[in-house]
Amino acid sequence: MIRHHNEMCFATLKHSEPWTLRAYESVGGYRAWRKILAERPPRRDLIEQVKGSGLRGRGGAGFPTGVKWSFMPDCEESYLVCNADESEPGTCKDRDILRFNPHALIEGMAIACYAIGARAGYAYLREEFIDEPYFRLRVALREAYENGMLGCDIRGSGVTVNLYDVLGAGAYICGEETALLESLEGKKGFPRFKPPFPANYGLWGRPTTVNNVETLALVPGILRQEPGWFDEVGTEKSRGTRCFSVSGHVSRPGNHELPLGTPFADLLELCGGVWKDRELKAVIPGGSSVPVLPAEAMMDLNLDFESLAAAGSMLGSGAVIVMDETTDMVKVLQRISRFYFQESCGQCTPCREGTGWLYRVLTRIVEGQGTEDDLKILEEVPGRIEGHTICALGDAAAWPVQGVLRHFRGEFEHYIRHGKSMVSPS
Amino acid sequence: MSDILSPDLCGRIDAWLERFPAEHRRSAVLGALREVQKEHGHLTPERMDAVADYLGLPAIQVYEVGSFYTGFQHQPVGRHTVAVCTNISCWLRGGEKILAHIEKSLGIRAGESTGDGRIFLKSEEECLAGCCGAPMMQVDHVYHEDLTPEKVDEILGALS
Repeated sequence: MIRHHNEMCFATLKHSEPWTLRAYESVGGYRAWRKILAERPPRRDLIEQVKGSGLRGRGGAGFPTGVKWSFMPDCEESYLVCNADESEPGTCKDRDILRFNPHALIEGMAIACYAIGARAGYAYLREEFIDEPYFRLRVALREAYENGMLGCDIRGSGVTVNLYDVLGAGAYICGEETALLESLEGKKGFPRFKPPFPANYGLWGRPTTVNNVETLALVPGILRQEPGWFDEVGTEKSRGTRCFSVSGHVSRPGNHELPLGTPFADLLELCGGVWKDRELKAVIPGGSSVPVLPAEAMMDLNLDFESLAAAGSMLGSGAVIVMDETTDMVKVLQRISRFYFQESCGQCTPCREGTGWLYRVLTRIVEGQGTEDDLKILEEVPGRIEGHTICALGDAAAWPVQGVLRHFRGEFEHYIRHGKSMVSPS
Repeated sequence: MSDILSPDLCGRIDAWLERFPAEHRRSAVLGALREVQKEHGHLTPERMDAVADYLGLPAIQVYEVGSFYTGFQHQPVGRHTVAVCTNISCWLRGGEKILAHIEKSLGIRAGESTGDGRIFLKSEEECLAGCCGAPMMQVDHVYHEDLTPEKVDEILGALS
């Protein structure tokens, strides 16, 4: 049974104009921020509350948000950055939060600024969002300023929070937090070595926290719910709700915000099941960079951090990509590998060269020219990329290869022996 | 220089500068290049030099941004930019067939513009975050989802 459907980030969806201040306030919006402005609690108290809620980052890595905030030192100049460069293939939840509930993000950013001791925050949106999502955020920011939610010395509280919207210019790599910071500094998006982490050396060298849109949009809801609400939704280690973007071969693709730990079978049913009355073949459960899982494994799995890790994959960005029985897994992998090859920034040799090797070998196999040696290359190259690069794009390019080989090796062998796919084209 | 950066264009660049502390003018490079491209259609070395002068930066710092991001064009392109997503979620629902249909009906390949200067068919590698409406495309950054060849013909036919 589906419970707590669209209650946090998507809470305003029941209104006809969900993006307005009025819609947001009708679901309790800005209550938490007003309380903070009135009572001005020690910032560390807020961090403890967020830590206690068990909120983990929704961008992909799942790092505990309160712990990340606690790394921020007391200092004169520090920043909050919202990562709205949503671009992990299969993921489209942040776009809908920006379109339908931009005030939740604004309130979340204001609270986060207060908690980390920053007076300014930047929302970095990918350029492709310039039409509707960016426009909605801009209008909402103006509403928030006009209604005394943002600015200098807000409502005479002594609290100053200014938020700014910024656009990228087309680069997947800028979703990586340090590449995003470089881009905000007006540079090409080359990821930085870590450590130092952004909490020590971030935007313009100042302490900085980078959080995903969904993570920040959850914060006001967590603070205004009764204590314990967020803890009780979800599982012990994966608390709260999660926005799932369900795409691919389902009858009704869509974004759904549900408790973590929701069975995959329930989510699939909510989306009308596999399309065209076909059988489920495989699912990429967390965006294109995480390992694929076969239908048998998926149908018994709950969607939370620990269940997916135990099954050999990841919850990642919450993008659930569904594939039916007619899907050619070798071609799926070829398409994914082409993407990582194109988007590798070129800074690290193993990723720049390795992603090209993977794509070329896969193309050779798909074209019927593959050899047994090519399978060995596919087995060896990912291990030479993974863990040998500055950022996680190298890992993201390696994991899908390892996943598809682990579960669908027979399809590669068929291509190599017979020069064609063992799956009939859809 | 003034024929590249009109007072109006300078005003739009200033709006990006205002978002950042005064000592970090470099942060406005992406915004400035976007405004210049919007005004003039594409970037040239002279236009990037003008941005560098205006922001007080070495030209190389502007060139490297102009060449890194796929949103910047360095050749004249068509008036309307069409970007068809063929990444995994769209690919699973026929995104490549939509692209092939457009290439055939316009008589150009991805990355090219039509001879009449009407449409630039952008070579799109990134997922455009419209996965639940696959297959999808953007026309001048406006999303069009759940595409069919007929729907595509209608949308493109309406472009002036």
